[in-house]
Amino acid sequence: MLSAILSLSLLGVCFGLILGVAARSFRVESSGIEAELEALMPGTNCGQCGYPGCAGAASALAKGEAAPTCCPPGGKALAEALAARLGVALDASAVADDVPMVAAVTEEICIGCTKCFKACPTDAVIGSVKQIHAVIREACTGCAKCEHICPTGAITLTPVPVTLQTWVWPKPGRQPAPAALPAAASIANA
Amino acid sequence: MNEWLMLLLGTALVNNVVLVKFLGLCPFMGVSRKIDSAVGMGLATTFVLVLTSGLTWALEHWLLVPLELGYLRILGFILVIAATVQFVEMAVKKNAPQLYQVLGIYLPLITTNCAVLGVALLNIQEGAGFVTSVLFALGSAAGFTMVLIMFAGLRERLALGRVPAAFAGAPIGFVTAGLLSLAFMGFAGLTNH
Repeated sequence: MLSAILSLSLLGVCFGLILGVAARSFRVESSGIEAELEALMPGTNCGQCGYPGCAGAASALAKGEAAPTCCPPGGKALAEALAARLGVALDASAVADDVPMVAAVTEEICIGCTKCFKACPTDAVIGSVKQIHAVIREACTGCAKCEHICPTGAITLTPVPVTLQTWVWPKPGRQPAPAALPAAASIANA
Repeated sequence: MNEWLMLLLGTALVNNVVLVKFLGLCPFMGVSRKIDSAVGMGLATTFVLVLTSGLTWALEHWLLVPLELGYLRILGFILVIAATVQFVEMAVKKNAPQLYQVLGIYLPLITTNCAVLGVALLNIQEGAGFVTSVLFALGSAAGFTMVLIMFAGLRERLALGRVPAAFAGAPIGFVTAGLLSLAFMGFAGLTNH
């Protein structure tokens, strides 16, 4: 019992010492910009950018081989931070918008084909054959399945409209969303 | 000499670590999209497997057996493997940046590769000596690398083929891996190992 505890602790201490010394003596100074960019990245090394880990993506960014929008988990915030650090223009359309979206039907061009109705996984689309469809916003998850299947492009994803049910008081120190006040006011008038 | 050759052949083909013993399946499925990365992963695994099989042999025969601590084997081996991989990664990063570009990113993944621990434990189970242990690890690693590269080649072709929608992606990969495993069962009669 005692020998087991002692030997395992000794082994752990030895390895810890060796690794600690190695970390100091084998330290590699990376170039400033790469280290800075890597510090901005999520650090999960998920590989979705196509580069080997966040360090690989950071060095590709530093060389200008990768776009600031290359990191899907980082989203818009990271793309903006990277573009600001690198001093390049940001093509914001390439980043997924982080505003919650729901489907909405453009009634003028809906032909009532029921394709979106059948594709919807949450039964958020209502209507029947040759009737204009509509979306129940509360049930829509914004999965975009209906958007891809619609033959006339009548169903599209739009940002969640601000209603009395969804409006929240803006956090202190933040500008209210530009659409929030007029939309809320129009509902109040109606 | 002949015996050692048979041992290498037996571990690489007959008792292939991936397709016959079903160890190390995660890198086999995960890092087999492109041949380049498969080669990198295979070489890094070879390096770590050979190194750790020697070290775990030393741990077993110099510490665990004299103190009768067989029940600490898995814990001790994991400690040794993890520390070795970490140390090797740092040393390679400092001294051979070119090699680090090729192997470095795969090294942390190997810490949790069950083939490394599996081979170390199988060595102890069979009571192998030091040279036999290292040869066994070398053969296993060669088999792992070969199978990984073969499978990456197959998957590169599959990516271009017309796979039915229901099988596209991972499912066809698993089916292919199963067929490859069946093919490797055919080596069973090659040696007596």
